[in-house]
Amino acid sequence: MSEELITVAMPKGRIFEEAVELLKKANYPLPPEFEESRKLILEVPEAGMRFILAKPMDVPTYVEHGVADVGVAGKDVMIEEKRDIYEVLDLKISACYMAVASLPSYNPKSEVAPKIASKYPNLTSEYFREQGEQVEIIKLNGSIELAPIIGLADRIVDIVSTGQTLRENGLVELETMMQITSRFIVNPVSYRTKSAQIDDMVDRLAEVVAKGEANE
Amino acid sequence: MTKLFMFEKPIGMRDTLPELYQLKRQVKQAISSEVSQWGYEPIETPTLEFHETVGTASAILDQQLFKLLDQQGNTLVLRPDMTAPIARIAASTLNKEDRPLRLTYDAPVFRAQQREGGRPAEFEQVGVELIGDQSSSADAEVISLMMASLERSGVETYQIAIGHIGFVNALLKEVLGNETRANHFRRYLYEKNYVGFRKEVDQLPLSSIDKKRLHDLLRLKGGPEVVNKARELVESKEGKASLDQLEQLVSVLETYELADNMMIDLNLVMHMSYYTGTVFEAYSEGLGYPVGSGGRYDQLLDQFDHHEPATGFGLRLDRLTEALGKEKETTTKEICLIFSHDRRKEAMLKTKELRGEGKSVVMQELTGVDNVDAYSAQFQDVIYYIGTNGNGGTSK
Repeated sequence: MSEELITVAMPKGRIFEEAVELLKKANYPLPPEFEESRKLILEVPEAGMRFILAKPMDVPTYVEHGVADVGVAGKDVMIEEKRDIYEVLDLKISACYMAVASLPSYNPKSEVAPKIASKYPNLTSEYFREQGEQVEIIKLNGSIELAPIIGLADRIVDIVSTGQTLRENGLVELETMMQITSRFIVNPVSYRTKSAQIDDMVDRLAEVVAKGEANE
Repeated sequence: MTKLFMFEKPIGMRDTLPELYQLKRQVKQAISSEVSQWGYEPIETPTLEFHETVGTASAILDQQLFKLLDQQGNTLVLRPDMTAPIARIAASTLNKEDRPLRLTYDAPVFRAQQREGGRPAEFEQVGVELIGDQSSSADAEVISLMMASLERSGVETYQIAIGHIGFVNALLKEVLGNETRANHFRRYLYEKNYVGFRKEVDQLPLSSIDKKRLHDLLRLKGGPEVVNKARELVESKEGKASLDQLEQLVSVLETYELADNMMIDLNLVMHMSYYTGTVFEAYSEGLGYPVGSGGRYDQLLDQFDHHEPATGFGLRLDRLTEALGKEKETTTKEICLIFSHDRRKEAMLKTKELRGEGKSVVMQELTGVDNVDAYSAQFQDVIYYIGTNGNGGTSK
């Protein structure tokens, strides 16, 4: 159908910068610097794109409802949110992993109830169910490392990139749950109605990602 | 639980106010007259059905069913779709009728939702079922009728994606060897997770040719040429037969001059097991969700102990109304006739005359409104039969 702007939902911050870098490598004419402003919508007509800057957790929501055609979202967020969207490409950026952590003194036998604090209640409960363990989840919105230290929960589930935050707070990793990277996601309707533009974008990004891997 | 406020409704339940209702009715009438001109006969089924029959036969997940108990202790469901009830009728009451059967419905269906926002728990569906015809022409008829209905209802820009489950199953089974593994990979397609699909394919102990076949499956999206690309990937009889069907379907749509609005997408997997052949989804520009879908479900009637091929589509009235509502301007009310008690007879005669001309007239006695100016402002025309002089003044 028509050659309109493609609306791209992006998380603010580091993922945005890395994703923009990929798009530039894919020869999209994006400005060298995005103005550090509080703007939530950035239009780049010469690249045929409009960016909307959202909280990472909200990116799949915008894409599912079709107010954004495509987006960049962490796999963690996608597992947590379970939105009806196409996951078409692993961008291999913002690599990190989900892990279970606790204080070194943690002893499963002394637990009153298996309490786990996390920002990702759905992901956590699904993971432990698959492991055959029923756990009680305490949902927190940040600073998850606090929970075992002050005795809110024995274990936590959180995203780990270098492990430094865990170490600084005296926590140890018990197990790695899954690897996380950012994914290119597409709204099911846009995937068909704007398929020429979106397929082109996916192909160009896939090429850049493949090159990046080859150089590693 | 906290006490409910008096204005609250259960999750996902919506009111339709007059303005939207008007538009919705127009859309519904447009589609109904189109399908009836194609010879489909309307049918009604009960809102409540048994969980054990229609509930389990339906394509809707069990957790999305509204369930309740009847006085005998049977579990009932609020019908989650219309296809299963119609299959029940086709397999029982109408099983002696001459085939093919062409039936149509417009009815609210119910699906329990956990989250709100774009997910109504009750919405109206208009659709058709074509039962007892296994030919590609039947699939083509249903798809063209869906397109014609969309056009009749006023949707200008739309697209239909057409896939074939038979092809997907054949290719997956051919490459992966067994049903279980094919199912496993079909789930990735159903969940729209191409990244997961590719990653797992790469880890399989398969030849590089077979891996490429699976990777290429994900690229089978585009115009009619996709069917030929797909031919290079399958060898089995089932796979080839599916593509033959698809090819015939495309040529019928080309004859109907409808091919511009169609695309082939062989990764379209809308349900894990319900559909057996051609599947399709309709999209309207400017709306993030499909406005309708359908496909061939040759095994559904088996669940009602009656083997018969069938195909059909359902359009979602709520989403169509939403897609159209963005374009249509709001309609104002036609005529208001304000009268005083002593001139009621004149007023009534005038009203009768106007209504006879097909106009819509509100007759309002003067003492019944507090602010006549504000009230009458919502009408295109206002006629007064007030006081003693004159034959009814008109304002505006």
